[in-house]
Amino acid sequence: MGFLEELKALVPGRVLTKEAELAPYESDALTAYRRRPLAVVLPERKEEVVAVVRLCHRHGVPFVARGSGTSLSGGSLPVEGGIVLALNRMNRILRLDPKARVAVVEPGVVNLEVSKQAAPFGLLYAPDPSSQPVSTIGGNVAFNSGGAHCLKYGMTANHVLGLEIVTPQGEVVRLGGEGLEGVGPDLHGFFVGTEGLLGVALEITLRLLPRPEAYHTLLAAYDSLERAGEAVSLVIRAGLLPGAMEIMDRLSIEAAEKAVRAGYPQAEALLIVELEGPKEEVAEEARVLHGVIRESGAYEVRVARSEAERQAIWKGRKAAFSAVGRLSPDYIVQDGVVPRSRLGEALREIGRLSQVYGLRVANVFHAGDGNLHPLVLYDGKRPGELERAEELAGEILRLCVRLGGSLTGEHGIGVEKKAYMPEMFAPEDLLAMERVKAALDPKGLANRGKVLPEEVHA
Amino acid sequence: MLRPTTPQEVQEAVLTHPRLRPRGAGTKPALSSPKEGEALLDLSGLRGILEYEPEEFVFTALAGTPLGEIEAALKAHGQYLPFDPPLLGKGATLGGTVAAGLSGPMRHRYGGVRDFILGVRFVDGEGRLVRGGGKVVKNAAGFPFHRLMVGSLGAFGVMVELSFKVFPRPRATRTLRATMKGLEEALRAVEKLRLLPLDLLALDLLPPATLELRLGGFPESLKARLERLKALLGQEEGLEEVEEVAEEEAHWQAVRDLRFLEGSPIHAKVPAGLARIPFLEGLPLGPRRYLDGGEVLYVGLEEEGLKALKEAGIPYLTLKGPGEALHPPPENAFYLGLKEALDPTGRFPGRPSPG
Repeated sequence: MGFLEELKALVPGRVLTKEAELAPYESDALTAYRRRPLAVVLPERKEEVVAVVRLCHRHGVPFVARGSGTSLSGGSLPVEGGIVLALNRMNRILRLDPKARVAVVEPGVVNLEVSKQAAPFGLLYAPDPSSQPVSTIGGNVAFNSGGAHCLKYGMTANHVLGLEIVTPQGEVVRLGGEGLEGVGPDLHGFFVGTEGLLGVALEITLRLLPRPEAYHTLLAAYDSLERAGEAVSLVIRAGLLPGAMEIMDRLSIEAAEKAVRAGYPQAEALLIVELEGPKEEVAEEARVLHGVIRESGAYEVRVARSEAERQAIWKGRKAAFSAVGRLSPDYIVQDGVVPRSRLGEALREIGRLSQVYGLRVANVFHAGDGNLHPLVLYDGKRPGELERAEELAGEILRLCVRLGGSLTGEHGIGVEKKAYMPEMFAPEDLLAMERVKAALDPKGLANRGKVLPEEVHA
Repeated sequence: MLRPTTPQEVQEAVLTHPRLRPRGAGTKPALSSPKEGEALLDLSGLRGILEYEPEEFVFTALAGTPLGEIEAALKAHGQYLPFDPPLLGKGATLGGTVAAGLSGPMRHRYGGVRDFILGVRFVDGEGRLVRGGGKVVKNAAGFPFHRLMVGSLGAFGVMVELSFKVFPRPRATRTLRATMKGLEEALRAVEKLRLLPLDLLALDLLPPATLELRLGGFPESLKARLERLKALLGQEEGLEEVEEVAEEEAHWQAVRDLRFLEGSPIHAKVPAGLARIPFLEGLPLGPRRYLDGGEVLYVGLEEEGLKALKEAGIPYLTLKGPGEALHPPPENAFYLGLKEALDPTGRFPGRPSPG
């Protein structure tokens, strides 16, 4: 029997090979890249995933695990001649234990679903990437997804307590456990963020947190982006630790207004700050916050007086991303990180680059943790514009590294940014990653062609 | 003894010794005492804060830097290490804390050492200086070698430099001690408190029936929160007494230095959890305290107690005492692959057992 026949025997009726069936899996949210896989497999149980990985290993066929395909870095781009393990059908929450404050889930469970199921117990799953109504926990684990609350609560890695994985050689291994602290090396912490290069997560144990008692959400309007950035520094200097701090520039504000009519004030920049905690504590923090915002030069300040008003403030922010996308036929989004105190400098430089390249750049970002999200707008039908946009995006990445930050805060390296890895990491660092990859996946089958640059022996 | 003072000297030491045992201040002798054939690599000369930007909530220090030095620098800017590393008062170093994977009572509020480490530079088994992670609070680039170091007991390399996230220090702190009728009532109270958004800094259980709850925040709001907490505890069945702990700062300092273990020959950390506590409480354990709502046990033991843990199949890490510190030793394919990649000749601890 050939590979495909064996595959079909392992997962009967759930192997897609026809051109029309494969088309939706050819790319993810990074639509500029496209590859036709040999087949797409739709496992429903972890035993099937293990069997398929073993088969791939035996035949030397590359495989890419995929959730909802929301990767913005091309993380789930198929490999030609390889297969896609589409894990959406493995979407069961296997156990939700409020006493232990954990949820054990399959990789295809949608992020938001965990918090929904935890809500009746007064609990939540903290990581909240903007894709959370769609993206899956398996994908979040692979890419160490973030969201708006990372400064205070950390990223996905901080909320994963244990994993069952299948290694690229087909061995099933349990990493971590169910408690907040184990003994021995933090292998599950290491697995999170390795972008599927070291195996496929089969079961994931997540930490749940009590939902905050009270929120205080404020929206401040500024006449320049830099002023809004400076306000963030003032908040931090005042000794506050908000749950979230977000900034939108004029282009994003206008786009969000058009898309969802959030009712935002006209401004060059909007800052959202959200405090959360016990009500007495939030009240004290709010007093300090309002003093700081008054001094920061905001010309209009709104405070959410109800949950509905709070949701209205967030509505525009959450919609901003896709709304900006609609301003232009095409866009590239980056998610580089800069030290918070260099935000003003980074934004000024992005503005300058935008002019030099003659391309519009919209900025919506997680200001609390210095995580930028410049959207480079372009029209792919105009000759040369894609290349110019990519070049501009590359300049922004280099800028982030130069200022002491990172190539990516939450989207991952994928295929999109791997060529920039040598900008951030020395050859020795990259070789260590390669050696780890080679030891765990000697045939190089798991998510081949991602993260590691082609040439590190510079 | 080898006592490097620069990362380059660490590289040389690694390349010239087939078996090494790194040590910071030696506050966890079960982990840092050389076994037969191992050269002691004393990292206390690799000391000092390299970068600290209070406004970034980030610092970078050499691995042998004593925690006390770091805490003092942070305190001057109204910040602290939220994972509350133990043994600070005994001279413990940053690197040793990461290698052992230890966090103190205040881990309850924001998480443990794994939640605050941002980056590392380490020397691998072939003498290469490797960096993982970064110096910003959010970062998803490359393999996260920094997280691999937590609890690694030095298995994958010698840490030379570490970057951490820090937070603003609570402006004031207060502590309540509640005495319950028995273990069952105490566990029920802990279970309930864990589910509430009280933002406690610490929630410790001293078996059989005492809880210690620490609050931090604005002095004005703390008063009201303390009253609310008392009222909440007052509703608990089996509550016998609630009192506020005087000199609470000094009290927690002693807890954090694990002084309650001092009379015991063996000191161990045991992953616990509410479901496992009733069983653990049936074992012959010495002085002890469960941190973080019952999640982590620090316990003083005699030989008999350690044997009981082992026989019951309960994982543990000894900080002081004879024998293998980590039980069970990690032997899965993922661990072995990483060990093979980063320490192929087995220079460092955590070598796979033969066969």
